[in-house]
Amino acid sequence: MTLLRTLSASVLVGLALVLQVSLFPHFAWQGIVPNLCLLVVVGAALTRGPQFAVVLGFLAGVALDLAPPADHVAGRWALALVVVGYLAGRVRQDVKPTAVAVVATVAASSFIGTSIFAITGMVLQDPLLDVGEVLQVILVAVLWDVLLTPFVLPPVMTMFNRLQPERATG
Amino acid sequence: MSLDTLERRRVEPSGQSRSDRRDRRWRATARLDRRDRPSRALMVALVLASATLITLDQQGGDDSPLEPARQAFGEVFGPAESATSGVVRPIVAIPGWFRTHDSLRGEINELEAENARLRAESTTSGYDRNRLAEFDGLTQAADNLGYALVPSRVVGLGPSQSFSQTVTIDAGSRAGVRPDMTVLNNDGLVGRVLRVTSSTATVLLIVDAESVVGGRVGESMEVGFLHGRGILGDTGRLDLELADESEAPASHDTVVTWGSESGGPYVSGVPVGRVSSVYSSLRETSQRAVIEPFVDFGSLDLVGVVVPAGTTSDRAIVEADGSMR
Repeated sequence: MTLLRTLSASVLVGLALVLQVSLFPHFAWQGIVPNLCLLVVVGAALTRGPQFAVVLGFLAGVALDLAPPADHVAGRWALALVVVGYLAGRVRQDVKPTAVAVVATVAASSFIGTSIFAITGMVLQDPLLDVGEVLQVILVAVLWDVLLTPFVLPPVMTMFNRLQPERATG
Repeated sequence: MSLDTLERRRVEPSGQSRSDRRDRRWRATARLDRRDRPSRALMVALVLASATLITLDQQGGDDSPLEPARQAFGEVFGPAESATSGVVRPIVAIPGWFRTHDSLRGEINELEAENARLRAESTTSGYDRNRLAEFDGLTQAADNLGYALVPSRVVGLGPSQSFSQTVTIDAGSRAGVRPDMTVLNNDGLVGRVLRVTSSTATVLLIVDAESVVGGRVGESMEVGFLHGRGILGDTGRLDLELADESEAPASHDTVVTWGSESGGPYVSGVPVGRVSSVYSSLRETSQRAVIEPFVDFGSLDLVGVVVPAGTTSDRAIVEADGSMR
């Protein structure tokens, strides 16, 4: 079961990454696409808690950092998504989260995740960018992620719930 | 868990059964809380792992220890991106079928007008071009400058959230593509190849903030460096820093690549863009011009990679004389 769980989570992250890179640029606004990997990590955090989400966040981040066409300093998305997994996991109560709570968590996670990525870039001086433009990118990214939440989060959360026997029975 | 049982064993002999039960109940909720919180060790380990990756990659530069990992990820995700793109492309093309006759006719009119304007432009600059062609022929006759193009399609775009402008194309080392090759399309210069896997390659677009291209203003033959600005807007995405401060490029001058001796990373004479505005600063001793690239980076699809003539490839190559091989 653990093997199946790990495998399906990895496949889900891989699928999110490929769709984010190959499908969504066709609908992108100035190159900004919904961050599906972040949505998967938030979904995992809301159903399985932070312990699982930080590990998944790290894996998804490393994949985002290394899979083509990424060319930034590796480890930046990994760091951002580990923090996102941790924070989103702390939101989880033992009750099922309401729709509003899910959307709010996604918005906050998206803002924090993209901001951490941008800030590490500024610290490393990877590309020197204008703060106003960075903020604009972050806000559009948050909007995209919130728009995609109703389509992505329910199936992702259902999948993670199914794969967790102790929560499915209890 | 082992700590709990140990503690319970220590309590049991004293016979305080009620307080023991209460204790255990408390401990149970504490355990639940603990399950909700990731262990501090795991969190620290993952953050440190990320920081290590960042440091390794930052210090390593071009031959960073993470390049093999990038290569491995590319071998897995590259074909997946190509396949997805192949499935997606016909679907996103559907809205195009429903465009009305009128809009198409309007577009034809616009294109005809533009065509006429371009023809007029080209007749006036014909003299310059002829003279240039002579010089070009003189300097380049020595080496075999017959380049060929490997046609390929863009299958993945890096998100703007990553603040770098890179794309994946579906031609890799099997198609004869190597790092530091020029990538262009029928409008002009697109970028250069950063790294290749067996079936895909990553291309750094010239509008990326880290991209620098040697440029030459077509009319005055002045040289300078084109820096990508990494910004989002559709206009003014390239900066041209001219080496000579006395010369100001005129608006609408065309900028082409300057090129280096070995033809890498950029071959010479590829059109890049048009000067849209010029700023001169007294503080810095150079002219800065904003360049409007010819290529529409939002809708990149078919591109060509410039390869030396006679490259062996897994697909048909467009040769210098226009024939397919």
